[in-house]
Amino acid sequence: METSFTPLMSLAGGALIGLSAVLLMATLGRIMGATGVLTGVIVPYTRSDWSWRVAVLAGMVSAPVLAALVTGFRPEITVPGTPLMLVVGGLIVGVGVTFGAGCTSGHGVCGNARLSPRSLVATGVFMVATAVTVFIIRHVIGG
Amino acid sequence: MRLIFGYLIGLVFGTGILISGMANPAKVLNFFDVFGTWDPSLAFVMGGALVVTFIGYRLVLKQPSPLADSKFHLPTKSDIDARLIAGSATFGVGWGIAGFCPGGALPALGTGNTSVMIFVAALVVGIWVATWAGRRIPVTA
Repeated sequence: METSFTPLMSLAGGALIGLSAVLLMATLGRIMGATGVLTGVIVPYTRSDWSWRVAVLAGMVSAPVLAALVTGFRPEITVPGTPLMLVVGGLIVGVGVTFGAGCTSGHGVCGNARLSPRSLVATGVFMVATAVTVFIIRHVIGG
Repeated sequence: MRLIFGYLIGLVFGTGILISGMANPAKVLNFFDVFGTWDPSLAFVMGGALVVTFIGYRLVLKQPSPLADSKFHLPTKSDIDARLIAGSATFGVGWGIAGFCPGGALPALGTGNTSVMIFVAALVVGIWVATWAGRRIPVTA
């Protein structure tokens, strides 16, 4: 399935993701990682650590609601896989990001921007693993 | 005040994710499909995010402390162990199967899209299982 190349929208979106990471460090002194935020909400350690993560998660979830109300913008969400693939993929992602201690935002953006060796390695490993998985699904099994 | 900062920052992150295309599995998977229907857009997401964060962190981390906390909470681990590599490889396999990563999926929850809800429910279960199992596997494995 073709998708259109959107360099400007993607660059603008990426810059906003970066801005959120900088602002979270500037205000609360934390790494902007989706894994860390979600894990902190569903596996709480202390109340003070829980509440700011709930606030960040609430902000994330309200973004499409406000965007639709204010500008009428509705993001395109097309899922090539089956519901079973979403369940299996979701479980595997959950296990992977917990042991890998981060995902595309925590390691891929924040960690790499700090030139953290762990994040550089983690990012290289998951990018290659994702590419290999997509290749196998599309060109070996589905080819 | 901390909660207001958190909410607004989540809003900025979510808006970035939605307009970047990271919440769209068709687009995400095409980035990795160099030999098929390749769409290089996500390189621009990563590039834009990294440049802003790289420069911004350098300015922010020069300050003695963040605005609304006593100190910066930076990860201190530096060892590249089997857990990090196996976990990251596992994450990549799941990302390739589903097309959603956590940061792409969480803001998209607000669209009410059924696929997103299925993925996030499974993601939550995966994190619970791994957190429970992780306490039983020695970190030095």
